[in-house]
This record gives sequence, C-alpha cells and structure tokens, in this order.
Amino acid sequence: MLGYYLDLALRSLKRSPGLTALMILIVGFGVAASMTSYSVFRAVSGDPIPWKSSRLFVPQIDIWGPKGRSDASNNNEPPDAMDYTDAIAMMREHRGKYQSAMYRVSPSIVPPDASKHPINVGGHAVYSEFFPMLDVPFKFGNAWGADADAQRAAVVVISDKLNQKLFGGANSVGKTMNIDGKDYRVAGVLDNWNPKPMFYDVVNTGGFTTGQEDVFLPFSRAIDVGMPNDGNTNCSEIPKGSGFVGLQQSSCVWISYMVELDGKAAASAYKDYLDGYFRDQKAAGRFSWPLNNRLRDLPAWLDSEHVVPSDTKISLMVALGLLLACLVNTAGLLLAKFLRRSSEIGVRRALGAPRMAIYMQFLIEAGMVGLTGGVLGLMLTWVGVRCVSWVLPKEIASLAHVDLVLLALTLAVAVLASMLAGLYPTFRASRVQPALQLKTN
Amino acid sequence: MQIRPILATLRYHKAGTVLIAMQIALTLAIVCNAMFIIHQRLVRMDKPSGVEESNLVVVQNEWAGKPAAGQIAALMAADLDTLRKMPGVANVYATNTYPLSSSGIVNGIGHSPDKRNYVSQTAIYFSDENTLATLGLKLVEGRNFTANEISDLGDNDRIAPAVIIITRELAHRLYPDGSALGKTAYISDKPSIIIGIVDRLQIPWVDSSMAQFADCSTLLPFRQLLNTTHYVVNARPERLADVTARVRVTLYAAHRLRVIRPKDGVQTFAQVRATAYKSDRGMAILMGVISAVLLATTAAGIVGLASFWVGQRRKQIGVRRALGATRQDILGYFLTENLLIGMAGVVLGGLLAVGLNLWLMKQFEMERIAPGYVMTGVAMLLVLGQCAVFVPAWRASHVPPVEATRSV
Repeated sequence: MLGYYLDLALRSLKRSPGLTALMILIVGFGVAASMTSYSVFRAVSGDPIPWKSSRLFVPQIDIWGPKGRSDASNNNEPPDAMDYTDAIAMMREHRGKYQSAMYRVSPSIVPPDASKHPINVGGHAVYSEFFPMLDVPFKFGNAWGADADAQRAAVVVISDKLNQKLFGGANSVGKTMNIDGKDYRVAGVLDNWNPKPMFYDVVNTGGFTTGQEDVFLPFSRAIDVGMPNDGNTNCSEIPKGSGFVGLQQSSCVWISYMVELDGKAAASAYKDYLDGYFRDQKAAGRFSWPLNNRLRDLPAWLDSEHVVPSDTKISLMVALGLLLACLVNTAGLLLAKFLRRSSEIGVRRALGAPRMAIYMQFLIEAGMVGLTGGVLGLMLTWVGVRCVSWVLPKEIASLAHVDLVLLALTLAVAVLASMLAGLYPTFRASRVQPALQLKTN
Repeated sequence: MQIRPILATLRYHKAGTVLIAMQIALTLAIVCNAMFIIHQRLVRMDKPSGVEESNLVVVQNEWAGKPAAGQIAALMAADLDTLRKMPGVANVYATNTYPLSSSGIVNGIGHSPDKRNYVSQTAIYFSDENTLATLGLKLVEGRNFTANEISDLGDNDRIAPAVIIITRELAHRLYPDGSALGKTAYISDKPSIIIGIVDRLQIPWVDSSMAQFADCSTLLPFRQLLNTTHYVVNARPERLADVTARVRVTLYAAHRLRVIRPKDGVQTFAQVRATAYKSDRGMAILMGVISAVLLATTAAGIVGLASFWVGQRRKQIGVRRALGATRQDILGYFLTENLLIGMAGVVLGGLLAVGLNLWLMKQFEMERIAPGYVMTGVAMLLVLGQCAVFVPAWRASHVPPVEATRSV
C-alpha cells in the first residue's frame, strides 16, 4: 500500500510542478534558516563539561557592598571575581574536593634559537588541583603536584600546539623553556583541550575567544615573579599601594575561582562555610553590609554571565518565526492542492477507501514534499553554516559546524514540519463528501 | 466594487483566507522588527568616531622578556623616533588604547574624590602632545598638552593627572552651562584641571551596554610603560598602504625582542572599524536575508493560493462574464478580495509586531519600535500582496465567457 501511495504522491506532485517546486523551496529555505541559526546557538549554548558541570561551583563574596555597585543594571549582584586576599584565604582553608584560584597571564617565550622572534602566549596561573578538577587531558606527563604549589616551583604545563612549535611535537616533559626571561621545567603537555565556552574564566573571555590557551603555571609562582594580570581588573576604589603588590593588597577583583563539590550536602556545607567566612570578616570590621554571597553551579554561572550572546538568541527566534511563516504558507498551498483533487477523493471514497486511507495518502504526499524540501534545506544549511563566518565574529562563527546530528535534525524538522502543515489540509480532504463530488461531475 | 459578495465568497474559503491572513500577519511582525534591528545597527555603525580614520595604522607591540619600566621608557622613545623617521609617516604617538579597539579602562569622573559619586563614566586614553594631531581631533576650546606635561606611568601606578582634555559631551555633562574649560574634575582622588575640549572622541567600545557614555572620553597626559603598547601612526596622504606594509619590518629591524602578532599586530583603522562592527553588520545582513526570504515566501504563497482560487472558479467567472461583467470587474474582484484579506492580516500583524517588540524589549533590552516601522511594513505588505495577486487576477479576467457553458 505504501508503494502505491508513494506512486500516487509522485504523480500528483508531477502534475503541478510549479506549485510543488514552490512548496519545496519554501520548506527548504525555512528549514535552512532555522537550522543555520540553531547551529550557531547550539555552538555557544552547549555545556562545555556535561559530565561534571553540576558539580563545579563558582563562589562569589560581596566584598564591595551595595555602594560598590556602580552599574544599576547589575541588580545587587556581588562582584563576579575575587580579590587576592579572599582567594588566597579560601585556597588555604581548602574546603572543596578540588579548587583553584586563577588569573590570566600573557607572558612571552623567547625561543632558544636566536634567529627566531619571541612569541607571545596566553594562559592562566592556576593551582595544581585545576587539572583534575576540570578533567584536563594530558598527552605527555601530568600536572604538577601540590608540593610545587607550596614551593612556588618553576614548572609549566603547555598546550599541544605550543609543544609542536617549540619542541616539534616530541615528548618535552622535563625540558626547560624560557618564559619572561626565566627557565621553567615542562611538567606536562596537554592533549587537544579547548573547551567552548572557556568556562573556567568567562569573566575575562566572555566565554568565546580566538585566543589560545598555551601555558598554565603555578599561581604562587606567577605571584612570586610578579607576572601581571592580563585579564580584567575591577576596582570600587583606587588601590592605595602601587604596582602589582598594590593590586594584591587592594579590594580590586581580578581572580577567578572554581571549586568542585560532590553532592548536595557538600554544596550546602560549602555555602555555609562561605557565609561563615563573610560573617567572620564582618565581625572583624571589614564589611558593614548584610550577607549577599552566591554559590552557583556551572550552568547557572554561565547563564548569569550571559555567555550566550543575545544576538544569537534573537537570530534563533527570528529564524524560528520564519520557519513558522513557511509552515503556514505550505499549509495554504497544500490545502489548495488537496482540495483541487476533491473529485479524485470522491471516486476513491465511493470505491470503498476509508478515511484513514485518504489520510495516509495525503500525509505521505506532504511528507514527500517535506523530505525533498529537507534535502534542499540540508544543502542550504551547509551553505549557511559556511557563510556564518562572513556575518558573525570569528570566535563564534568558528564554532558553528555541520555534523550528523544537525543533518538528521534538519531532515526530521523538514518532514515533521511539512506533515504538520499537511495535517489540516489532509483533514479537509478526508471530509470530502463522495456523493457531492460524483454528482457534479 | 461591491464588498458584500466578496465577503460572502470568502466564507466558503475560510481556511485558505485565514492561512493567508496569518501568513501576512507573521511576515509583518517579523519584518517590522527585523527592519528596526537593521536600522538600529546601521545607526550604530554610522556613528562618527571623531578620528580622521583614513590615514591611520595601529601597531600593537609587546616587549619580550619583561623589561623594567625604565627600560620600556627608553625602548618606547626609540620606537617613536624610528616610526617618526619612517618615510611616509606624518605623526605618531603611543597609547594604551584607541577608539573602536574594544579594550581599555573606564573610570568615573565627577566633582568629588568619592569614586562612588560620579557624574559620568568615561573612557581613558593615555596621550601625549602628538595625540590630537595624529588622530586629527578637533580642539574646540583650550589647548593641547605640552611635552613637559607628559609623565611616565608604570603598571598599576596611581593615576592622578594634573591636567586633562575631555570631549565636548563629557564637558557638557560635568558643566551643563558650558563653562568646563579651566575648571576641575575628579577622575582620581586628586582634582584635574580641564585644559582642553575636543569636539568628539568615541570610546573604545561599541556595544550597547556602553552606549550611555559613548562620547565621554578623557585624554590623560601619561606614557604608560606597560609590556603592551599601541602605536597609532598617521601616514601621509596616499602613503597608507606603503607604511602599513613596512612598519613591522622596520620595528623588528630596530629591536628584535618584541612581539607584533602576525595576524592582527598591524591594522589599518578601516580594519579596526570592520572588526569592531562585525557583529552589528552581521546581524543587519542576517535580518535582511531573513526578511527578504520571508517577503518572497509570502508573495509566492499569495500567488499560489490565488491561482488555485482562480482555477477553481473559472466556471463562475465565465458565468459572470457571460452575464455582462467586464474584465476590469473580474480583475477588481480579485484585487479587492486580496486587499480585504491583506488588511485583516496587517491589523493582526501590527498587533503581533508590537507584541514581539515588547517581548524583545523585555528579554534583550531592545528599544521600543517606532510606529513608523509598523506603518511602513503595513504599506509594504499591502503593496506586495496586490502585486503578487495581480498575475492570477489578470489571468482570471481573461477567462472567456464561453467557460460558463463548459462542464468541468
């Protein structure tokens, strides 16, 4: 029976090629526009560490109080980074399973070969627990140990790409490299690791950046050698001291902090600890305002930092609107097409076809339009994703890509949408009175 | 043209009528808002920076090997000298940032040292006596910095300038009566004297969250001795391409231990502008494409459905023609029918457009849509609808009266 309906649908579609082509074009464009927008949305809204994101938390302490909030839009949010004093205190008290304070650095590396120009790299100063906490994959070697943190050791973990550039991709563990004029021993080389969004430091990157993370070195070491902060520094008042040391003594916030807490109990215990810390500091006279801390898990944190650009959301909404309009349009055209064949339906019904058979026949016809439109949509989506780099900033455009899931989704959306559009026209077709049709002929 | 028989006929095509009206409504709602977004972005991209952009090249220089502040001062002075001697270079200065660069420092500026009680936020540009000439800024009041007013500033050193130059907009916010020149303002905990006012200088950021102080910039008389410096170079007319091509090699030849990124270390101001507004331009293009596809779809849908109706009613048309209706009557009938559906659609669509705008305002802090956009959209869709229906209607008007006598 299915073969017969397919044959009928094909004949019917061939009978009015103009209308058929129009429907296919409309479905194709509607699906392609929404799928292209979706591919961008999917790329920026994905969970960068889905197996663990609910166990990673970002603590915020309200060290500035209500008066420090210069910008009114920010509704009573505490600062989204930490000052040096509190970050160090919390690292020392070590209440989470893993935790790391971190800040962004941008040192330069002088190649041993004097004929080559120095290169500038981006990276972070972190604690040793950063690596197990974020399940960072290693190609060679591994993270430095907690003792290296304590001793402010000159060790470094480098990216695969930097390893390629400096050591030709060989196992460089134990070799030395010159960072900002000082020698560091390579402790490990990362396997390809470039999470998007760069969830451990969205404050400085906004989540998406074309910059590469090439070096990670011990936080204590970076502070020791005075490696300056390359990320944002926010101050509610001008630091009293000058230089990097002045920054460390100030209430300016410039340090990101992340902690792993396994289970609800651990999370609420940590929140209690955080609040207790605030109360102790308040009792010591540092704060004069009420408690206003936050402990968000990673998804909530990314949301509160508005990591998904609003342009992306608006584009997706508008593209979905376009798809809806295309659906309505297809429904109208299918209605016209089906009702034109009232006499044919009348004959089939008179010869004993049940309503169900009419339903099947026309839904298959609608589905066929959808499938063809979907194939066209696939091609247009592919073109669309290619063109995205032309209209979007590089750091976001480079994330959008076509994969099997997107392809399958495109086809499924096209078929489902056109069958949905065909639902009412089919219903109307199945209601055709056989007697009436036979009589007028 | 009698409307009543048309309405009576439409009752027999309820579904088709409703679908076309809905299609028009959706199209209107989306296209109005898309046009509004496009217009907003174009306005933003059109904003003058206050800088004479056509002859500017920006070089981002990073010193390798962490030289101390004292060394940087010497290196920077040598670089400026090298650049100034380059053939084709008219002027140059070193700074922390420049308009449209998307990075920099924001401070509050006001009438008291209390940082929490400022009049406006302002972007900070570290400048020297060559800044005004290099950027081509128009000084409307007061004077430029002199060479001996420029002092060195290390990393995280306290910023407390004795004199500042501000933009006209900022001057107006600080002293609405226009008397800012020679008065003081607090950008740090010490007062600074306003010695000059420039006509216009945009801040480094173009996103809407900073739009509120987009023209409030302050020039501070400092040489910032950081690892990363930007050299802004003003090339002589017609020499821009030449200077851009040679500047990297010239600097490396003067001193090797530096990093000028291969990809974006040297940029003309046109490139800077394109990068800064890339997402705005992209959004405008995207909205334009979506609107075009939507309008084309709607027009095609109207053509398709109207053609079907004409085909379905050939016999009735034949009867009317046989009974004496002229071709104009038939043409007018279909045009009017379409106009009625279109009007129902745009009324619904107008409401939808405002609703969508309200939702966007709530979700994304968009501005309220001007009524003009909805009006334009309404007119556009009605005209589009009439154009789309014209071909099927014209075909209908050419149905011969003899059709009335044929069966089927």
